[in-house]
Amino acid sequence: MRTFISGNEALAHGIRLARPHVISAYPITPQTTVVEHLSSMCSAGKLTAEFVHVESEHSALSCAIGASATGARTFTATSSQGLLYMAECLHYAAGGRFPVVMMNANRSTALPWNIYGDQRDSMGLLDQGWIQLYVENAQEALDMSLVAYRVAEDSRVLTPFMINMDGFVLTHTYEVVDIPDQELADRFLPSYVTDNRFDFDSPKSMAFSVGPEQNFRFKFREHQAMNRAKKVIAEAEKSFAEVFGRQYTGLVENYRCDDAEYVIVTIGSVSGLVRSVVDELRRDGVAAGLLKIRYMRPFPDAEIAEILRGVKAVGVLEKDISFGYEGTVFTNVNSALQVAGLSVRTSNFIGGLGGADISREQIRDIFQSLESDGRRLNFLGINREEYDD
Amino acid sequence: MSGKNDEKVRTIPFVRQGKKLTVGEIPEITAYEAGFLTVTNASWRTETPVCDRNRCNGCLNCYLYCPEGCVYRDGNTGKIDIDYDFCKGCGICAKLCRKGAITMEKHGK
Ligand code: SF4
Ligand code: SF4
Repeated sequence: MRTFISGNEALAHGIRLARPHVISAYPITPQTTVVEHLSSMCSAGKLTAEFVHVESEHSALSCAIGASATGARTFTATSSQGLLYMAECLHYAAGGRFPVVMMNANRSTALPWNIYGDQRDSMGLLDQGWIQLYVENAQEALDMSLVAYRVAEDSRVLTPFMINMDGFVLTHTYEVVDIPDQELADRFLPSYVTDNRFDFDSPKSMAFSVGPEQNFRFKFREHQAMNRAKKVIAEAEKSFAEVFGRQYTGLVENYRCDDAEYVIVTIGSVSGLVRSVVDELRRDGVAAGLLKIRYMRPFPDAEIAEILRGVKAVGVLEKDISFGYEGTVFTNVNSALQVAGLSVRTSNFIGGLGGADISREQIRDIFQSLESDGRRLNFLGINREEYDD
Repeated sequence: MSGKNDEKVRTIPFVRQGKKLTVGEIPEITAYEAGFLTVTNASWRTETPVCDRNRCNGCLNCYLYCPEGCVYRDGNTGKIDIDYDFCKGCGICAKLCRKGAITMEKHGK
């Protein structure tokens, strides 16, 4: 059914179609309408799930983990400070191999207090052992809800999954979205079967302690499982296309990069604007391209290096900064290039912090600066004279 | 006294057997019979829980609350057994059992 809904509502429909058993959440702007919609669906009988109203985000994820430890399919959602308040539990979910799916509405972090979108909340938590996907539009948010469960619950992966959506820009804007039938969703997504649960037939110790020597091996296995997710994501998207007829591009999207000289690498909703500028520049004869990173973890290092091979200059545009160094996406992209033995000129463009607008003009300026030898680290809208160095 | 460890549990490569594990032998998940990879903690005990199987109805409330996960089910009777290598003697099971099936026996009596 095609309908005109917000990004949050689209995501809520995706989660409804995945039939979670337990939803636990605490409201935070701009995530709130996701759980409002799910709560309404539960009370209207459109979704048979236990909806648990908890008193904090720490409890929201703890509850989802506890429910997952009974073999239930679980969902939670959060944003910004709420995600940070969950930080302790993020490790429990990942280390315990509980495939919780969580939506995070990307929002700036305090202080100065601000509710608008940037990606510093989730980028600061890349090392917590969660799969991190960044979507670009409402349809993708819905579709990826189903893909998320399929990947997270796969016995080769068993890793929690965070679906990131840019706050307001995606969560609160309206688009035409196709809501698939339950029957198709059921065909795509098998039910969750696991040994990782309280089992009354064969009682086990859940979430046990492990001493130094073996603990290390558990972490090694966790790392291996996250890497295996790359293959499982590809399989899931292939099957998704067969069932629903919509094709996604895997860990990254290569938009007109094959013969490009200048490429902007970016993530999330701003990709749409960059794609449009690439088209404009192509009409002007500039060999521009866009490389959109969809998954920050597992990180598509080989895919990125392959696409950027032979490119003259790369600009990484991101809504995050690791103070005292550079943008985290930039660090990761440079590492991927270095591992592949490529020496491509790269520079970093920080924009959109605290929800600041990123304009078409600024994207054009980035492409222009890639043609000359510019600064390594740039903040959009800050003049050259204002930098200390 | 009831609650002896049965053969099935004993054959799993526990730390108590002094076996080093390869990466392949590590489970993917952190859920297993008690003490799969932990250090035995029997020496912590000053009291030992003993289950009266005539009273136990196999409800597994004790299992749900045991912090060491060392309560398991006897496949033959459906009643519980306790893995004493990993029971630390905290007494939670005895407190929770609604049937009064578990008593804590003091050591050195
Ligand atoms: S709680 Fe009591 S009755 Fe229930 S299984 Fe344990 S010992 Fe038996
Ligand atoms: S005494 Fe404590 S550790 Fe031992 S079986 Fe009972 S609850 Fe578990």
